[in-house]
Amino acid sequence: MAEATAARAAPARRRRKGFQTRRFPGLATFSAIFFGYLYLPIVILVALSFNANRTATIWTGFTTGWYGRALANGDMLQAAGNSLTIAVSAMVLSTVLATLGALGMSRRRFRGRTGVTALLSLPLIVPEIVTAVATLLFFVALGLQLGLATVILAHTVFCIPFAYLPIRARLEDMDPALREAAADLYANEWKSFLRVILPLLLPGILSGAMLAFIISLDDFVITFFTAGAGSTTLPVYIFSLIRMGVTPEVNAISALMLLISITFVSLSFVLASGKHRI
Amino acid sequence: MAVSAVEAQGVTKVFGSGAGEVRALDEVDVAIRQNEFFTLLGPSGCGKTTLLRLIAGFEQPTSGEILLEGQPIAGTPPFRRPVNTVFQSYALFPHMSVAQNVGFGMEMLGKDRRTIAETVERTLDLVKLGGLAGRKPAQLSGGQQQRVALARALANRPKVLLLDEPLSALDLKLRKEMQIELKRLQGETGITFVFVTHDQEEALTMSDRIAVMSAGRILQVGSPTEIYEKPTRRFVADFIGETNFLAAEVVAGEAGSLRVRLPGGRELSVLDAFEHKPGQTVTLAVRPERAELAEGGAEAQLAGRVENLVYFGTDTTYHVGLEAGGGFVVRLQNREGARRRHEVGASVGIRLPAEAVQVLRD
Ligand SMILES: Nc1ncnc2c1ncn2[C@@H]1O[C@H](COP(=O)(O)OP(=O)(O)OP(=O)(O)O)[C@@H](O)[C@H]1O
Ligand SMILES: [Mg+2]
Repeated sequence: MAEATAARAAPARRRRKGFQTRRFPGLATFSAIFFGYLYLPIVILVALSFNANRTATIWTGFTTGWYGRALANGDMLQAAGNSLTIAVSAMVLSTVLATLGALGMSRRRFRGRTGVTALLSLPLIVPEIVTAVATLLFFVALGLQLGLATVILAHTVFCIPFAYLPIRARLEDMDPALREAAADLYANEWKSFLRVILPLLLPGILSGAMLAFIISLDDFVITFFTAGAGSTTLPVYIFSLIRMGVTPEVNAISALMLLISITFVSLSFVLASGKHRI
Repeated sequence: MAVSAVEAQGVTKVFGSGAGEVRALDEVDVAIRQNEFFTLLGPSGCGKTTLLRLIAGFEQPTSGEILLEGQPIAGTPPFRRPVNTVFQSYALFPHMSVAQNVGFGMEMLGKDRRTIAETVERTLDLVKLGGLAGRKPAQLSGGQQQRVALARALANRPKVLLLDEPLSALDLKLRKEMQIELKRLQGETGITFVFVTHDQEEALTMSDRIAVMSAGRILQVGSPTEIYEKPTRRFVADFIGETNFLAAEVVAGEAGSLRVRLPGGRELSVLDAFEHKPGQTVTLAVRPERAELAEGGAEAQLAGRVENLVYFGTDTTYHVGLEAGGGFVVRLQNREGARRRHEVGASVGIRLPAEAVQVLRD
């Protein structure tokens, strides 16, 4: 009897304890500082990109002139063009590979499935600098000329896990009987994929693609190591500008990149939440 | 004799391996005739769905063979089998409208749009979903979804239709209507129906033949009358309707006729299909409505006392405690004046007409 009471009380006590953690007195203040630390620099950067004065510390008036100058800068445009080419290529390639991988993994349970999943998500864990150096050495060993192609190749590889995860999640939610129903209704593998699996997977695929795009667009370290002359991307270009001092122009370019990133990440979230329940 | 629509020959299906092994089907032999309404009846987990999945081709038998119209179909993928399934979980395509769902099979077969549109409309009318063609499955009730699943499979006019508890989500009235509708449809179209249910009444009223399953085996196949009147196994007699079981000793017997001694010592002559030998103990099954109550009397085979009676309007059920131990249920129709009512506590005899007694195999 006493034992039963104790057993019943135990989870209640645990629950109360969890509750207290959430009521930790300084939590609100701590959170405010944390988010301030995270986002304040970005807010300042965006604000200064509209500052008429060249010196970062003195606010003299509002202007969109720096954006005009940035958009008229040939090197900047070239870098932006490279970034776009690389991000789009890496997005398409990694999303296709991730989709095929997810489909293959869901087909049936096989030995080493967990291992394959781990391998797929490894790029999320390995320090980027290690990947960067290893990739560079690999390309050199193969005798590949560094350029847009090598960057695209490197980006595709590290974008795969980001594209894979939302697709896999979507696939996991799908009723396996739907594939059987399609087969039962005379759809061969290909038609079943086109008419049933792909439409249901599409929100996951698009979400994965957006993530891959943004990850590629933002990457610095791996690009820095694998890019050759003429294949400079926007982050690498910004870095080279900063070495000569932070100008409002750099702020403007960075703010533009921020805008693109936010747009794509938001799109990714909206798509992942999807409109069809499966 | 015409070739069977579907035939299973020694089909065994084992899931998993080692300690977690599940024998979902165990040496199943069955032949389903052309244009037959064939029902698989059995408790949950006995392997009904597994047998359907093997016929549809979603699973491969561990051993044994399945034939479709006499042809082995082991190498034929599901999408080439002239078989359609009404899934237990419906499995409707969530991104397609009701009409697109129903037309999907015909579209895959390359039928022209006019034919598809007409057939979809006709089939939806048939399952009484005429006005809902434009809805998505998520906008339908469970019963409506189930009818879409039915329409989607029916629209293709397959040779064999596999129905996995297709009426389970419907309310009683709609269920009765759909039972009649399905039965009529099956007669008209000449499609062979393999119908799964664990509702014995549904099985008895709809089927041409019933296979009673238990733990991966088919215990008995027969017409509803055979299954009900002449069960060969205790499980079958017990699963369908109410049954009294009596243990009796064989005292003499040859060539299908036995003389058995009942509990209490009286003897009775019964028909036997299983070549039991004198000295053996056999189990007798007697339906409550086939036994009769007598006033003690010498012609009764069992003696006891009325312990309880339940009045059902059309009939009355008497629970009799036997002198030799155990209980026995007798159900009598309440045809006014035809029978005397027996009160609780009254001594009664139970008469067992020879044709009311079924000797079980085990
Ligand atoms: N894919 C599977 N893996 C492992 N075991 C399975 C699998 N499918 C079915 N089983 C097992 O096989 C047995 C038969 O299952 P089946 O689905 O055929 O039962 P059923 O007669 O259709 O039951 P119900 O009336 O509940 O639908 C069950 O014990 C079930 O747990
Ligand atoms: Mg089932």
